[in-house]
Amino acid sequence: MTKRQKRIYAVAGLVVGVGVAAALGFTAFRKNMMYFYTPSDLIAGDVPVGANLELGGLVEKGSLVRAEGLKIQFSVADCAKAVPVRYEGVVPDLFREGQGVVATGHMGDDHVFVATRILAKHDENYMPPRVAESLKSEDGKHSCAPFKSVAANAG
Amino acid sequence: MIPEIGHFALILALGIAFVQVLMPLLGWRRRDPRLLAIGGSAAQGQFFCVFIGYACLTYSFIAKDFSVAYVAENAHSQLPLGYRITAVWGAHEGSLLLWTFMLSGWTFAVSIFNRRLPADLGALVLAVLGAISIGFLLFLLLTSNPFARLFPVPAEGHDLNPLLQDPGLAIHPPTLYMGYVGFSVAFAFAIAALITGKLDAAWARWTRPWTTTAWMFLTIGITLGSWWAYNELGWGGWWFWDPVENASFMPWLAGTALIHSLAVTEKRGILKSWTVLLAILSFSLSLLGTFLVRSGVLVSVHAFATDPARGLFILVFMAIVVGGALAIYAWRAPKLAVDIEMRLFSREGFLLLNNVFLVVACGAILLGTLYPMVLDTLKLKKLSVGPPYFNVVFLPLIAPLFALVGVASVVPWKRGRWSESWPRLKIALAITVVVAIAVPFALYSRATLLALTGGLLGTWAIVTAVQDVLRRIKAKPKFLAGVASVSRGVWGMTFAHVGLGVWAFGVSFVISYGFEQDVRLAPKAEATIGNYNFAFQGVLENQGPNYTAQQGSVTVSRDGKLVADLHPQKRFYPSQRNVLTESAVDAGLLRDLYVSLGEGFDDGSWSLRVYVKPMVRLIWLGGVLMFIGGGLAASDRRYRLARATERSAVTNGALPA
Repeated sequence: MTKRQKRIYAVAGLVVGVGVAAALGFTAFRKNMMYFYTPSDLIAGDVPVGANLELGGLVEKGSLVRAEGLKIQFSVADCAKAVPVRYEGVVPDLFREGQGVVATGHMGDDHVFVATRILAKHDENYMPPRVAESLKSEDGKHSCAPFKSVAANAG
Repeated sequence: MIPEIGHFALILALGIAFVQVLMPLLGWRRRDPRLLAIGGSAAQGQFFCVFIGYACLTYSFIAKDFSVAYVAENAHSQLPLGYRITAVWGAHEGSLLLWTFMLSGWTFAVSIFNRRLPADLGALVLAVLGAISIGFLLFLLLTSNPFARLFPVPAEGHDLNPLLQDPGLAIHPPTLYMGYVGFSVAFAFAIAALITGKLDAAWARWTRPWTTTAWMFLTIGITLGSWWAYNELGWGGWWFWDPVENASFMPWLAGTALIHSLAVTEKRGILKSWTVLLAILSFSLSLLGTFLVRSGVLVSVHAFATDPARGLFILVFMAIVVGGALAIYAWRAPKLAVDIEMRLFSREGFLLLNNVFLVVACGAILLGTLYPMVLDTLKLKKLSVGPPYFNVVFLPLIAPLFALVGVASVVPWKRGRWSESWPRLKIALAITVVVAIAVPFALYSRATLLALTGGLLGTWAIVTAVQDVLRRIKAKPKFLAGVASVSRGVWGMTFAHVGLGVWAFGVSFVISYGFEQDVRLAPKAEATIGNYNFAFQGVLENQGPNYTAQQGSVTVSRDGKLVADLHPQKRFYPSQRNVLTESAVDAGLLRDLYVSLGEGFDDGSWSLRVYVKPMVRLIWLGGVLMFIGGGLAASDRRYRLARATERSAVTNGALPA
């Protein structure tokens, strides 16, 4: 083989290798993208059952119900809608009613969101920015009922 | 008064930094050695000034001077002295000052150790470092002054974030920053070499110890961060593919590629422009890491104040540094081309493959980290990329590296032959297969695909590394003489590669054989998890220096024998009205027992996270071994003894490996 031929083979090999790696990478990427939904989005949109996604909002006042063991059910709400959520396990330190949370999981067959992970930050005034933004009403202020309950808590 | 001195010292440092940039550049243009020499003095003066600034801030913390806004924000009269000192880098302004302090420290070291460099190259390295320093000092002084006063003076400080009140986190940021900032030296060497056009094997030899030192600190920084997350976050995980973790991991991958390609450039005088590009890439990713963590783009435990002006400043600074560096590269790099044939089946060929895998892995992580942020910033969509993506992409890209590292250890530089290499690999392969199959069955009496793969790759890396060093030792008639004859560079490589293997064992075994369970237990109730019996004894109140704690007691037994008595805590810090979960771990080389408290229920029972984590320590042990390896390699005598020969022309001929 001449030097030139060798170089062509090397380049071709590299292109094929990078191509395959990129194809596999992007497939994995698409499969594992989790979109962020507010409760209103989730109820309005067609979310395939079983697709992993993030649901952000506030834990609605009075919605938290404990079942046996570590099973809980509660509603994540924004200004308009609320989605029931089921979870089993230890909840974060600052998980409580009125607190902003982001739950990762999927929509179950029974229209209850099955959470596999719940995040609430280490600061009682903390609100995930995406949640805060999605809760804003037209005039840019938080005015909806679930948020008021937080204000009442903090006050 | 003290804070004002500190503030003034930083302004002075900025002025000196300008001198440090301009004089050497002018000296280089005019070929005036006197002007070139000013660079060194300026670097030392700048270091002194930044040191004064840093000391002043530390003093304000020790003296609990709450009239300084930053101190009031991050300290409390009850905060223990040790944490008051580490609180200096507990938030945005101080950690930026630490960054700048370390940068001036690295620059100082360069000005001391590099007297033997050609005058123009040495001075230009200092000029580039000075330019970076200007950027950070301006950032500090214009957007994030740590010495800003507060009036009226508050009676009490707001306290340090409780998550940061942990020894692991106290030393994690400085080591990480040492690594980040250290890559600025490799970067400065690359730019200086591009400007002077003198980029040869000698250049690579000067750059190597600096790069390896930076890499070593970054390695231990990431390792400590992982260990801290495991202990403090209460989830028992050691890596979350959190954007902030990725931000430190990407420069590590690029830096690892860099230290390998530098080896090729030193030994063979090839891959020059690739090496320079990697140096630029490593530092750019370090800056990106700083940007991601400090700009408020990210929301996580690491991300501090959200101030768009700061984010914009770093973004512009990054654009100037990266854009400028790439422009110089595009202009000068074509000159670096050398016409030396390179064969794939040779040491350098394998090192190049190593680089390909590392850089592609780095790119995949970059994509997963930045893509969601870009979409979010453009207000297109909100999404996140889950850990499964990173696992699916990263592990297959990393696995070939293990295979390569073993084969490369028996392949010579320039030209290898499979027929010569294979006999040396046969025994190693046999040992690897036996060990990798025997260990899972002996310890856990079952094997998983992951444990077998991880065991194979890990054992392979360890066995071939040990075999390689043994072969070098046996080259001498006496064992001890042989040990002494092996250079520190080789010992460093051996340690790092063994560390890699140990890490692979840890990762694959903890995932394969770990147990994780959330349980709800009433006092005196028990749960059995993976052969261990966890008996919950109840919770008592407990008083710490600046917190109150509810301390649980869990006794762990196996086959009726008491193994450990664990005391996880749920701490309440009144100063910040903050709750923190302090997990309790019974550590062992073969397994960790991990318990953290969830919440207490009305009936007196508690939710608990109970984990059995086999071999999780090996993950950090691997990091520590790599750290030691880096230290050994950076201190190789070759870099110090090179004084006599470095000015002579270095040929591209074969040097002994």
